[in-house]
Amino acid sequence: MTALKLTNISKHFGAIHALSGVSLSLEPAQVLGLMGDNGAGKSTLVKIIAGNFPPTGGAIQIDDREVHFAQPIDARRNGVEIVYQDLALCNNLTAGANVFLGRELQKGWGPFRILDYKKMYQRAGELFAELKSETRPRDLVRQMSGGQRQAVAIARTRLSEPRIVLMDEPTAAISVRQVAEVLNLIRRLRDHGIAVILISHRMPDVFAVADRVAVLRRGRKVADKLISTTSPEEVTGLITGAIENA
Amino acid sequence: MDITLQDTIDRQQHGAAGRLMASQTFWVFLAAIIAFAYLSVATSSFDTSQNLFNVARNCAFVGIIGLGMTAVIITGGIDLSVGSVLCLAGMVAGMMMSWDYPIWVAIPCALGAALACGFINGFLIAYVHMPPFVVTLAMMSFARSVAMVLSGNQMVYQFGVDHAKMVAIGGGSTRGWFNALAASSGPDSTLSAVFTWLGQSIFIPNPAILLVLFALVFGFVFRWTRWGRHIFAIGGNEHAATLTGVPVRRIKVSVYMLSALMAGIAGILQVGWLGTITTGMGTGMELVVIAAVVIGGANLAGGGGTAFGAVVGAVLIEMIRNSLTLLGINPFWQGVFVGSFIITAVAFDRIRASRNPES
Repeated sequence: MTALKLTNISKHFGAIHALSGVSLSLEPAQVLGLMGDNGAGKSTLVKIIAGNFPPTGGAIQIDDREVHFAQPIDARRNGVEIVYQDLALCNNLTAGANVFLGRELQKGWGPFRILDYKKMYQRAGELFAELKSETRPRDLVRQMSGGQRQAVAIARTRLSEPRIVLMDEPTAAISVRQVAEVLNLIRRLRDHGIAVILISHRMPDVFAVADRVAVLRRGRKVADKLISTTSPEEVTGLITGAIENA
Repeated sequence: MDITLQDTIDRQQHGAAGRLMASQTFWVFLAAIIAFAYLSVATSSFDTSQNLFNVARNCAFVGIIGLGMTAVIITGGIDLSVGSVLCLAGMVAGMMMSWDYPIWVAIPCALGAALACGFINGFLIAYVHMPPFVVTLAMMSFARSVAMVLSGNQMVYQFGVDHAKMVAIGGGSTRGWFNALAASSGPDSTLSAVFTWLGQSIFIPNPAILLVLFALVFGFVFRWTRWGRHIFAIGGNEHAATLTGVPVRRIKVSVYMLSALMAGIAGILQVGWLGTITTGMGTGMELVVIAAVVIGGANLAGGGGTAFGAVVGAVLIEMIRNSLTLLGINPFWQGVFVGSFIITAVAFDRIRASRNPES
């Protein structure tokens, strides 16, 4: 079974061909590093999978079922969760509140429903523990380190039982020690059988955590290799165009 | 010592006392109590029941509107139209009653007019993405103008068949209710005597009772409902709220409608209290309300504010105004005092933030 299968995805913005004929497949519990220079089409591809906009052509399958996303909520309902580059956290709320943002648990009868703080903090605490993060559910996100903030954003994806988690540059703006923390979080997701797409500019991170690497250049997929069969030098060549295809 | 999962889950950043000390609302509350104590000792006229009655009623109008304004400010918006909406709602109620419509028709129409103003504000802000400052500035002009057109810029002081009811709602107090109860429970009965006694000893203006009830409801809603959680999320990071599936636009429309509704309620009460309406009613009210809300600890940048803070801010502002008069200080100085309080309250907030650079 494939967690995600893209067939011949293309996206045109007027005359601009942001993506042409990209096919990609991903098994459960597999981490795919998606690399490419600025403007190579990474973000466009991610936005299509996340349901931000539909592709001009091609098909998306999740768990061997064809799906069509009109809006991000459709993608979420089909088991696609996204960790945004800016993490989409509210600094003025607690870690637990951020995890449940937009999906708050309630208790009560009929129209009289109140927030179930106890249950939400309980579940958030369990998720942080699963991720082996030292984040405390009742702490305000404002006072957290970059790594803890990542943990909050990643714990949020685990609320539903997602099939695929997309991570957009999770290690771009944090310290070296926190990078290690985030890479561990990604391994935890994989251990839960979740397929992860890691969009990153940072070669060492991709080689540390990914099973496969796919390279986009000018809207086309120019390589899709197991990490064990390639090298950072080759991938760099593929990204810049020094190596045409692999 | 092992730290269990449950400890981590239950772990609070600060104890209850720490959070209290860190809250601007708490310090403003303390300031209000000190001012109250000082004024009671320093003047003979402050703690008379009639003066306290007036202070309570005046701050009730500011506080009621302040509760709605707090919701708007929590989302990171602002509503400059509340003074004009107050006037429009009062005018709609007053005009309809002067045309001999009963009060139960006039009040819903007045609140409907207020809600319509709020809907227009919210729609333009949430769906057309216009800045709240500009939209509500326009509504401030628009609503007062409609009130003028409606009344031909005349003063209205006759409210038709239900004149007495209107005056009783806005101008009445617990004393009135208890006296009515005493009268209806038969002359010379024990019950009647009890009600008469209650009426003599408890003397609270209706608007102040409503303020307390509304404050309790708002406080509950802010903390315990999804809607409450979502307005804080929108104020904290609107983009994040959108991405996580919070219905941001609908909630924004709802807060502006709520703010207008509260202004409308205050307008009806004020008409009942004054017994007249002029098109100048509520002029400058928006600034007093915003000042009260900010003094009470709401964050104009969005993401913070409490119902209690709005009430405390309103009480403090009204006490300052009242006390300056009682202390024989030229009332032209009121603005200076209110302005200084705004700056002091926000300065406290800044000092706290500089101690903790992350926040």
